[in-house]
Amino acid sequence: MTTPKIELRGVKKRFGPKVVLDGIDLVINPGESLVVIGGSGTGKSVTIKCVLGILRPDEGKIFVDGEEVTHINGRARDKVLRKFGMLFQGAALFDSLTVWENVAFGLIQGRGMGRRQARDIAVEKLAKVGLGSEVINLSPSELSGGMQKRVGLARAIAADPDIIFFDEPTTGLDPIMADIINDLIVDTVKDVGATTLSITHDMASARKIADRIAMLYKGKIIWHGPVSEIDNSGNPYVDQFIHGRAEGPIKMEVRG
Amino acid sequence: MNIFAPVGRAFFTLLAQIGRLTMFLVEVVSSCFRPPIYWYHIGQQMMRIGYFSLPVVGLTAFFTGGALALQIYLGGNRYGAEAIVPQIVVLGITRELGPVIAGLMVAGRVAAAIAAEIGTMRVTEQIDALTTLATNPIKYLVVPRLIAAVVTMPILVAIGDSIGVMGGYIVSTQSLGFSSGIYLKNTLDFMKNEDVISGLYKAAAFGFIIALMGCYNGFNSKGGAQGVGAATTNAVVTASILILAANYFLTSILFAK
Repeated sequence: MTTPKIELRGVKKRFGPKVVLDGIDLVINPGESLVVIGGSGTGKSVTIKCVLGILRPDEGKIFVDGEEVTHINGRARDKVLRKFGMLFQGAALFDSLTVWENVAFGLIQGRGMGRRQARDIAVEKLAKVGLGSEVINLSPSELSGGMQKRVGLARAIAADPDIIFFDEPTTGLDPIMADIINDLIVDTVKDVGATTLSITHDMASARKIADRIAMLYKGKIIWHGPVSEIDNSGNPYVDQFIHGRAEGPIKMEVRG
Repeated sequence: MNIFAPVGRAFFTLLAQIGRLTMFLVEVVSSCFRPPIYWYHIGQQMMRIGYFSLPVVGLTAFFTGGALALQIYLGGNRYGAEAIVPQIVVLGITRELGPVIAGLMVAGRVAAAIAAEIGTMRVTEQIDALTTLATNPIKYLVVPRLIAAVVTMPILVAIGDSIGVMGGYIVSTQSLGFSSGIYLKNTLDFMKNEDVISGLYKAAAFGFIIALMGCYNGFNSKGGAQGVGAATTNAVVTASILILAANYFLTSILFAK
């Protein structure tokens, strides 16, 4: 049996009295693309932030390549983080830097690469996501939402990471641009051979990029299985979610 | 209705704030001494915090010195002591008004700018993005601003002191009938090194407070535009109050003899 790329065992996280993660168990195998679906506020982003060490879980353990990373800090944390790339929901580009400096940031600051070499790699990665050399010296605020997502994707793959996280990659894009981004994600992931974890509530996107889907509800994984089985899950929560019905077992907490 | 409940809640909230600020402070100060140090960013922040604050600090110092000279002249006039203007102006500016007014002006300008910038980076996940790119946001964002503020505030205040004394000199010689030579001689004879140096110590402390409050409030801002707005306001208010409080305690320590 191979070591899972990422494993979460009984991860719990609460903010004050509000329990966000209530014992998450999740395994992602090497080269696999797992998509976590779930409504807004069910803890999808918190799960990702716990794995990255941006948030600390209250209980449970997290493993990356079989090594426990739940409580590591400083250099050990940096070493683990070098395996990761991440595309943020709003792209989270640094608005004080140009497009190419954004893409090259992890290479220059995180790995100490020279600026000229890093710039060449940035141009190459930008070309991979369909952006030409005319944008490299622009500032992120001069780009459209779809182009910002592309730059964010180029930044996520710049250092050829083993693992890439996608936080709502298609949110805020029109359906055509969303599909283009989905295609880019599938292509770039195949290209670098990375393991990916995505979170989304866009089912079209989930069906396109996932090998396996897991559904998060009230801080727990209530269903997981291959993408082909999502329509026959036999789980009323999953059925309600994938068909986007207001009626069903999931009660939206309209009042937070 | 229990009146003790809200009081107790406010008290515990305050304690939690102080605890969070202390933890932030410890992390920031320990990061100042561990590589990597971003020299380029320190230089950039010195320009933004120090150099670009020069007009504001210079103008306020000039008018403060001028108003001080007028007041002392009018007040001294009541018992025939109007000749003491140069001595009081230089003492008041170097010991108190120079550092405090520069501190408050820079708090308004710089603490607000830092909180708004870092707060926006927080709510748009740019700070999380730094972490995922294996860059410590405290070292990358906070340490350069803190070092730059501590280094440039004394320089700003030294320049502000000179301009403030010049403001008093111009008002005194142009409209109060002081002779230029006597005014300058009285100023220089009366002023001691410790008057100026104590003001510069204060300036460094105020620079620390300004950068710390700007960064802390920015780092902990929540929500969207409103959260960043609240962080900016809090940064300026807390920095200003802490500057005035620190000024009192520093004065009592520096001149305790």
